[in-house]
Order: sequence, then C-alpha cells, then structure tokens
Amino acid sequence: MSLTIPDGEFVAIMGQNGAGKTTLVKHFNGLLKPTKGEVLVDGVSTRSVSVAKLARKIGFVFQNPDHQLFSETVEEEIAFALRNFGFEEATIEKHVTWALNLLDLTEYRKASPFMLSGGERKRVALASVLAWDPSVVILDEPTIGQDHKQKEKLRQFIVQLNEQGKTVVIVTHDVEFVAECNPRVILMVDGKIVASGEAKRILSDAALTYSASIVPPQITQVFHNLANFGLPSDVIDVYEAKKILLGLFGEIKR
Amino acid sequence: MSVFEGFRFRHVTSSIHKLDPRVKFLFVLAIFIIAVLFTEVLPLLILFFLPLPFVFAARVQREWVRSLRGAIFLATIIFVFNFVFGYFYQLQAGAVLLEYSISMSLRFMVLVESFSIFFLTTSPDHLSLALEQSHVPYEFTFAFTTAVRFVPVLAEEAQTIMDAQKARGLELERGNFLKRIRNYIPILIPLIVSAIRRSLELAEAMESRAWGASPKRTNLYTLKMKSGDFVLIVLSILLLTIGLYLRYFVSIPPLSYFLP
Repeated sequence: MSLTIPDGEFVAIMGQNGAGKTTLVKHFNGLLKPTKGEVLVDGVSTRSVSVAKLARKIGFVFQNPDHQLFSETVEEEIAFALRNFGFEEATIEKHVTWALNLLDLTEYRKASPFMLSGGERKRVALASVLAWDPSVVILDEPTIGQDHKQKEKLRQFIVQLNEQGKTVVIVTHDVEFVAECNPRVILMVDGKIVASGEAKRILSDAALTYSASIVPPQITQVFHNLANFGLPSDVIDVYEAKKILLGLFGEIKR
Repeated sequence: MSVFEGFRFRHVTSSIHKLDPRVKFLFVLAIFIIAVLFTEVLPLLILFFLPLPFVFAARVQREWVRSLRGAIFLATIIFVFNFVFGYFYQLQAGAVLLEYSISMSLRFMVLVESFSIFFLTTSPDHLSLALEQSHVPYEFTFAFTTAVRFVPVLAEEAQTIMDAQKARGLELERGNFLKRIRNYIPILIPLIVSAIRRSLELAEAMESRAWGASPKRTNLYTLKMKSGDFVLIVLSILLLTIGLYLRYFVSIPPLSYFLP
C-alpha cells in the first residue's frame, strides 16, 4: 500500500471490521513497525525513532478511554503525557487548564476519571492527548458511544482543529459523521486501500461502498432511489440535498 | 507473555488431543513425581526428552518450543540462585554443586514442558468436563476454566494498554530499577480496573442466563476411556515404577563420572 497524507489534511479512514484501519494508523506513530517498506513521518523513518519521540508530534487517541485512564484526578491524567515529555511545571499547569477548557471539563478538574460517564471519559482521553498540542491528531473510532449532541460537538471540534492547521486522521465506520465532516476518505478492504478521494465521490459510489461493506448515508440512498427524476447521485450532505430538493419543488410549482 | 503462549490451546485433531484429560493428567503427574525424585542430571535429561514423541504426535511443537523459550529465563534464575547460595552454604563450587544447580533448572524445565503439553492438547471444555466428572463442584470448575480462557484476552488487553500509554510518551525502559517498576503503574491500573469491570459484567451475563438454576447439571458429552487411554495409564504406571526402582535400588552416576 502507498499513502501520503500532506500537512494540514483531514482524512477519514473507513472500512469494515478487520479491514486493517487500526493496524494502519498504528504504523503512523511507530506502535507498529512495517515488516516491509517504510513509513516516513516528516521525512524520518518510524523505524529509527522511538514511539515516545514520535508521540510528541503525533497524538493518538485510542478507541477505549478505559485503556489509558489511571490517575486519581482528571488534572493528573492530562498532565501525565506532559510530564513524560519533560514540560516545565508552569507550562504543564497552563496546558492542562487550556485542555480542560477546550473540552468542557473544567468542573471535573479534581474528579476521579473513573467516576465520570463514558462520554466524559472519552473527552478526558482526548484532552490528555490534545494537551501537548501535537501537530497530527489520530482519533480511533471517536464517535462510538457518543450521543448526537456530543457527536455534533465533536464534529465542530475536529473541523476547528483542522482549520487551525492540524493534520487530523479519523478511523471510523460512522458514514453519517464522515458525510457531515466532508474529509478526504480512504476506503480499506482486507488490508488494502481500494479508494481514496473526496467523501462526496466515494460515499455516493454504490459499488465501492458495497465492496467495503459500508452503507451509504441515508440521504444518498434516497437520492439513488430517486435517480429517475433527474436528481444527482453524489449527494451526501443533508443541507445540499435540501437545496436541490427545494430547487426542484420551485420548478414544479412554476 | 511468551510463557502463556505455550499454554494456549488451539484446535488441532490428533490422537493425543483425543485422549482422556484425566489420563493425560495422570501421565503429567507421573513425570512430575519422577522429576521431583531425582537431583541428578542424567535421569532428568532422559525425562526431558521422554515426552517428545507426544509433542510431535500432537503437532504442537512450535507452541511447545515457545513455552520452553519463555521458561528459559526463569530456569536461568533458578540455576544462578542455586549455584550462588549453594556456594555460600557449602563454601565449595565443585562439580557436585554445578550438577545440582543444572538439575534444579532442568527439573523446572521438565515441569513446564509436561504441563505445557497437557494444556496445549486439552481443550478448556474437555478440562472442565474432566473436573466435573471427578466430582469437583461446578463453581470451582467454572472459575478455573474461565480463568484459563481469559489469560489470552488479558494478555491482548495489556498490549493495547501498553500501546495507549506509549502513545502518551511513556517509556517503559527508562530510568533506574525502581523507576522502571513505577513505569508499570499506568499499565497495571487500567488492566486491573477493566478486569474487575469485565468480571462484574460476566457475572451479570451469567445471572441473566440462569446460572445455577438447576442444582444437578447434565452434559451433552461425557468422557469415556478408550483403548489409547488404557495404554497411557499402563505407560504412566510403568514409568513411575521404573522411576521409583531406579531411585531406591540403583545408584545413579553423577555427571563427573563420565568425565575423564
């Protein structure tokens, strides 16, 4: 497989369970080393650098927050990575406050991470990675176990991170979420990349999504079924769909 | 973790896998007893190579070698301890002490290898059947098989947690001895917490599937002895008799006897 992710890009890696999405992203920060070929981060092979060094550049938020939470307080949890990277105490304090604020966790500063709800724990895990301000953020299944409101917040948050110039990679099979974010989509089947390109093109391609066991967004399905009425088949966004449908109604009225 | 690999059951069909687990356990027990009887290298060496035909017949050689490789580290520690403390105790480092230390680690290897064969060729289901038919209360049987079954799950989870903490800049191999131990706290706490959580969930799932509803359980399959089992019983008894005879009626030459 060959893949290049330029700085500042927003990428979603999609595919069915066991397609190799998580395995692929674990190569990005050196948790897994390639048995053949090479993975370069800023031109440096991951084989020649330790995970801890790479982690300074590449923040990786794991799927299950319970796999990383261990401190007595949320504050300590977020400071953990900063201490590992050798930040100074004053800087740590500043970064922790910033991260707590960013993810709406300030009120839980002194709470135990184990007492928080699932969604909150997930946010703590996210904060503990964003706190050191990595230039690349990898999120493994960020939408699992989040209600609609939190998902919407997360979406805005990810888009905002990307606008600040960070490279964002998400691993997911939540099509609706990807359709709303509109990133570059990389589709994987059986450990291989079968397609890469604009979300609009890939998620509306019936044959492609079928081969990767992904159901296209509902709005796309509706438009596919209405193709006889001259509607475009590459719509994935609800707002765009609304515009097209309203235009159509306007024509009919006239 | 590699020691655990050697105890992980994989479904293979062979004549060894089909043997009654109780009989296999008897065989392992016979080897165990003989291993404890001797402190000389020669009989232990024979004992070490004795189960090899079983390993090949069961086609588990790769896993078996892996479990031995994992045990070598502990065997080395046993050797060093025996040698060093034996030296201070007797104030001599002759051939006798050397042979004794080698035998002690060899004995350990024999124990590991025989139990590894047992677990590699016995499915957890068969094991629980054997325990049940030996009138062990089902609660204990269940707890035991569950523990065996969760070892690989826990090992995998530990790996994920390690990855997650490494991604946050944790370096396990950094610092002095004490610091290195402390480095494992961020790994152990999530592991323990999730193990407790999982056991509570398992208990709830069991309750909702009517665990313990009928006091007398019946099984779809029952274990029956076949001709192969009787052959192994005879073999085990023979082995034990030979071992006891050698121990009490024959003097075993020390290793130095063979040296010029």
